[in-house]
Amino acid sequence: MLARQKMPQQDPKIRRANFKEVALGFSKEQAVEEAKRCLQCKKPKCVEGCPVEVKIPDFIKHVANGDFDSAIKEIKTVNALPAVCGRVCPQETQCEASCILKKKGEPVSIGRLERFVSDIELAKGVEKPQKPKPSAKKVAIVGSGPAGLTAAADLARLGHSVTIFEALHASGGVLTYGIPEFRLPKDIVKSEVEYVKKLGVTIFLDSVIGKIETVDDLLLEFDAVFLGTGAGLPVFMNIDGENLNGVYSANEFLTRVNLMKSYRFPEYDTPVRKGKRVIVVGGGNVAMDSARCALRLGADEVTIVYRRGEEEMPARAEEIEHAKEEGITFRLLTNPVRLHGDAKNWVTHIECINMYLCEPDGTGRCKPMPLAGSEHKIEADVVIIAIGTSPNPLVPRTTSGLEMSKHGTVVAKENGETTKKGVYAGGDAVTGSATVISAMGAGKIAARAIDDYLKMK
Amino acid sequence: MPFTILKKQELVPTIYLMDINAPRIAKKAQPGQFVILRIDETGERIPLTIADFDRKKGTITMIFQAVGKTTTKLSTLKTGDAILDFIGPLGNPAHIEKDGTVILVGGGVGVAPIFPQARAFKEAGNKVISIIGARSANLLLWEDRMREVSDELYITTDDGTKGHHGFVTDIVKKILESGTKVDRVIAIGPPVMMRAVAGVTKPFNVKTVVSLNSIMVDGTGMCGACRVLVGNETKFACVDGPEFDAHLVDFTLLMNRLSMYQPEEKAAFEKYKCEREGCKC
Repeated sequence: MLARQKMPQQDPKIRRANFKEVALGFSKEQAVEEAKRCLQCKKPKCVEGCPVEVKIPDFIKHVANGDFDSAIKEIKTVNALPAVCGRVCPQETQCEASCILKKKGEPVSIGRLERFVSDIELAKGVEKPQKPKPSAKKVAIVGSGPAGLTAAADLARLGHSVTIFEALHASGGVLTYGIPEFRLPKDIVKSEVEYVKKLGVTIFLDSVIGKIETVDDLLLEFDAVFLGTGAGLPVFMNIDGENLNGVYSANEFLTRVNLMKSYRFPEYDTPVRKGKRVIVVGGGNVAMDSARCALRLGADEVTIVYRRGEEEMPARAEEIEHAKEEGITFRLLTNPVRLHGDAKNWVTHIECINMYLCEPDGTGRCKPMPLAGSEHKIEADVVIIAIGTSPNPLVPRTTSGLEMSKHGTVVAKENGETTKKGVYAGGDAVTGSATVISAMGAGKIAARAIDDYLKMK
Repeated sequence: MPFTILKKQELVPTIYLMDINAPRIAKKAQPGQFVILRIDETGERIPLTIADFDRKKGTITMIFQAVGKTTTKLSTLKTGDAILDFIGPLGNPAHIEKDGTVILVGGGVGVAPIFPQARAFKEAGNKVISIIGARSANLLLWEDRMREVSDELYITTDDGTKGHHGFVTDIVKKILESGTKVDRVIAIGPPVMMRAVAGVTKPFNVKTVVSLNSIMVDGTGMCGACRVLVGNETKFACVDGPEFDAHLVDFTLLMNRLSMYQPEEKAAFEKYKCEREGCKC
């Protein structure tokens, strides 16, 4: 069996001080070699693992034949954001997890091949997609993150007139404000957004729905509304000292660094506190992103504090590996109990307690329990809380007849249909914080349901 | 749509008025709400309270003091120039109803956001007593506009160049001590002033509302930069406020958090001045 191609990447010693992309992408030769590993299964399991149903063996066959144009065309029939997916999807738990080769060794690098063909196309300039016959129906999409962009692209392909309303001054949602440049360059996000616009989608920036217009207002003008408002509300731990200066939600820290480009301060006006000893609380991708940003801002030491073990970390395997290579310290089975500060309200220490894992519960996850008497202090001048987010209540609070769960998520059926007629929802707004690709999958499913609804209307 | 500056005026030294073309925001704006703006591609997002709005003309009026890099840069823009991003109306509208007698306290540039509230309280049928203060007579804002919407208007200056020589709190205290039944006090100004007003009204148990000017980034509840402690509960000024019960606000924390980026703000401002005026350092 051919060996899996190695992804060329920036040397950890160099990249820990810059915001340039870590993974450099396959060469043409590598891509073709990697594509040849695919067994072209008659009943491809990988496709079942893909939330947006990319015909994986078909596009890989084109790559193996050196026909990269056909490969990207194949992907783009279903996925409008392949350069994003190729970089940030957790392939190891999705398409690649189902790859037959995985049973015998290493799966085909599906994500990296997707990225390769997308990048080739972006470098050449994206072809203008053909516009379908207009349906005369109008759809409003709230939020230009992965769910909204996917729903918008699919609805536009079906001939509907689509308008996206984005609250921030840039499109992309979490792809822009959350995921750092070194993992997902913002030029890539911009190109993918441009492609969605080329499909005929209009994007209004700086438009906070719930404030400038409500969903009820939108329904007067549009035939249907899709809510892709994400899970933008930061969750704090509710422990003493969380309002000390130097304590950030990961959302704030990443928004300053990525959206506002504070890593280029003072060229860009938005400041961010550059800590010497930075503690990041949490074990997901957002925690890894925060830690690696803090390192690149010039911290001497960055430590991840996580209450469970490494096995339980929800972050992508590659992100944990990259963080370790760059010198991030991991303090596992450790949980913050309070934060200490000085007279001027600046954080100085984080007090933690050691944890142990009990037997797995019904959900299969081990509940971490505190080990009495193990409290200890760690020095810190910046603390970043990355323990999750919940949906933003701005839209639900201002929309009549939209049922919410007690967790603040929008109640929606499998197809995205909410309790309000003509209003659909998908992505983190419905599930709570999850992945880019699951949001895209939800956007795709909702687009189909909206199309059916518009045909009946 | 460009957010064009339709009118610009220096009201008093360092304090400017701007009317911005923003019809969609003007349509929905209410007293007490704010906007977030970003001047250009490299700019930061800053919140500014809405000082007035004109739904017919489609404009938002804001009044700001040139104190740091962004506000100074904003003050150099001229009529006809445009601002890159203008987002709003954000925050909750002021709670305006017929209470009876309402005292409105505006300090410094805080007179601007107090004005639309004074007008709304007046229109709602309240007796409006306004107290506006400034460091010196030449820095006093909108005396004429405030007079139009107030039943009584008091002026204070720190240096005694106009009106009462002293602070706005002196007048608040005098009114409360005189036995006048006051149903509500609204104070907008520097945090020290708002804290002082809260301190004066507390013993009289008069409902007192302040508008908090925390540091913000997105202004939609996404980042939590603006967190404030109100009645020992963490709140986000952008979506839970900006108005809160003054007697429950932890002003010390507010002021500490406002000073968070002082070194960076100073450095950015120095660099900006150097670039603009030619470096003398």
